Amino acid sequence: MATDTDTVTSRSLEAGSGTDGRNLGPGPGGDPATGDPATPAQRTSDEALAGLDALDLPVSSGRPTAGRIWSVTWPKIAALALFLLVWQIVVWSGWKPTYVLPGPGDTLPEFFDQLGTGEFWDAFGRTLTRAGEGYAVAVVLGGVVGLVVARFGLLRAAVGSFITALQTMPSVVWVPLAILLFKLNESAIMFVVVLGAAPSVANGVIYGVDYVPPLLVRVGRSMGARGFSLYRHVVAPAAFPSVLAGLKQGWAFAWRSLMAGELIVIVPGHPSIGADLQNARDLSDTVGVLVSMLTIFAIGVAVDAVFNILDRRMRERRGLLSEGSNAVRAARGPRNGRPKEDLAGPTGPVGPLSGADTSAV
Amino acid sequence: MTALATDTALRIDGVSRVFGAGAGQVHALDGIHLDVRPGEFVCLLGASGCGKSTLLSLVAGLDRPTVGTVDTGGRRVGMMFQDSALLPWLTAGGNVEVPLKLRRVPKATRRARVDELLGMVRLAGQGDRRPHELSGGMRQRVSLARAFAQEADILCMDEPFGALDAMTRDLLHDELERIWRETGVTVLFVTHDVREAVRLGDRIVLLSSRPGRVAEIFDVAMDRPRRIDEHQVSELASVVTARLRQEVARHGH
Ligand SMILES: Nc1ncnc2c1ncn2[C@@H]1O[C@H](COP(=O)(O)OP(=O)(O)OP(=O)(O)O)[C@@H](O)[C@H]1O
Ligand SMILES: [Mg+2]
Repeated sequence: MATDTDTVTSRSLEAGSGTDGRNLGPGPGGDPATGDPATPAQRTSDEALAGLDALDLPVSSGRPTAGRIWSVTWPKIAALALFLLVWQIVVWSGWKPTYVLPGPGDTLPEFFDQLGTGEFWDAFGRTLTRAGEGYAVAVVLGGVVGLVVARFGLLRAAVGSFITALQTMPSVVWVPLAILLFKLNESAIMFVVVLGAAPSVANGVIYGVDYVPPLLVRVGRSMGARGFSLYRHVVAPAAFPSVLAGLKQGWAFAWRSLMAGELIVIVPGHPSIGADLQNARDLSDTVGVLVSMLTIFAIGVAVDAVFNILDRRMRERRGLLSEGSNAVRAARGPRNGRPKEDLAGPTGPVGPLSGADTSAV
Repeated sequence: MTALATDTALRIDGVSRVFGAGAGQVHALDGIHLDVRPGEFVCLLGASGCGKSTLLSLVAGLDRPTVGTVDTGGRRVGMMFQDSALLPWLTAGGNVEVPLKLRRVPKATRRARVDELLGMVRLAGQGDRRPHELSGGMRQRVSLARAFAQEADILCMDEPFGALDAMTRDLLHDELERIWRETGVTVLFVTHDVREAVRLGDRIVLLSSRPGRVAEIFDVAMDRPRRIDEHQVSELASVVTARLRQEVARHGH
């Protein structure tokens, strides 16, 4: 708190004193010669600054959105077409009889037919509800555990590596225990999903907090942020990239765990995509199996796309996009050669987790 | 929180800071005494590693002295870091707004105040840009605006213009001097650049290295505004440089 009345009253910029910052009026005891808000000297310096600024501003790289959408869409369409082609070729090769391995020509129409049935949407809805609920619980649990572990060194030493160990556990391993604990019902599935996803979320939070650049913490503290306000204004946003990576990975684990759970824990009277898949297998209905798999795949792709949009937006805002204007500027020569921090950004590593993403269930 | 005399904004009294323990101990600062008047512009000059940043951290309350006291009489201390250290997830305006939020300035006032501060550093209308979309000089000015948003009575600046080209730096010297005169803030300004120190300072505190001690204090009794290429500035700068050389040479043998 400013206690020295001398300094406080002599400051023309004190809030509420109603002074306009651009007003160049002399400070107390200042030089009356600077009283004119636009002395020639000041004007030249303004113009010089404006000139330098104009030179310095990045050229906006506003590519048309339609073009951008197309440029990210067509490789996916091409990949899909290639996949269908390979599938069809395998079928044509006669490797398996078509009642064991039907081609896309048999499967896709069945898939689209299914989209018109109530049973399909019933199963779809239940599976997504389970995924959503389980993931939500995992996010809250993982988030809280992550925050607490990141905050207290003793806990870190105690359970830090334990969380990582949990993360590497294939989630099917939890299913037998879940069945013994909860019998064949929704709780058993929830249990598997939460245990599958929460460790990833917790690790995302822990890494995020760990990798907050100390400089930014000092910045926050120098501005008077302490405790909760430091978390709110500095630590949380600085940790966000890693938290987002953890959330994305947590989702992948939740989805895999859910499928492991639904395949085994079939709750009577509760149709789900996993149960449909299991049913189709029991009936040796390969088309049915493939239709369920396509559905599972489509949901996975859709959710991944949502995370990618979030991730891209975050990186765009923070200047972390490698294809963005910065890389282009940096590559264009000395005039545009900004310090490297532009590219790396002081935001800490985003991907200490991304490697673990490949460890399958 | 003792009562300082009214003509003292900051009293650094016998301050030492030792890092580490045992054989690897570093005496970064040793027995520093310094009194700074309210509204004074003090430049800290010294070789790399002599403890300038450490001293600013102590004044800003980010670190504690091993021995001695730093007394600001309860004044608010603001800090401007060497690289602009903007929060990359916020816009320029958002960065300037953080200290206002932390002081719970009402939202309506905040808006106006941010615009005012950005205007002060000649960045009116640039508030929506993100730090990575700004040039180094502009980022430095946002950082300056943010430092002023703290309404600090004492402003610590750690080589704020070190990484800028000469022309931008000249212009920012003008800006800083103007704002300093308008606000009457007390400034502790760290620099490697002797001319910069002479251009800006009321006093220049020359620190010796290992351990960091006050080697000499120069009064700059020159009229303002000064120009960095002025004859008088060069003259005093060469005196200070000679003294600085002497200090550095002490470590040669
Ligand atoms: N956290 C720390 N732990 C150990 N030693 C430190 C620490 N911080 C600073 N030092 C040491 O203290 C001395 C002074 O460091 P400081 O950063 O204050 O120097 P400086 O004068 O700001 O240098 P420069 O001009 O290069 O920025 C250095 O020798 C440095 O190695
Ligand atoms: Mg330093």
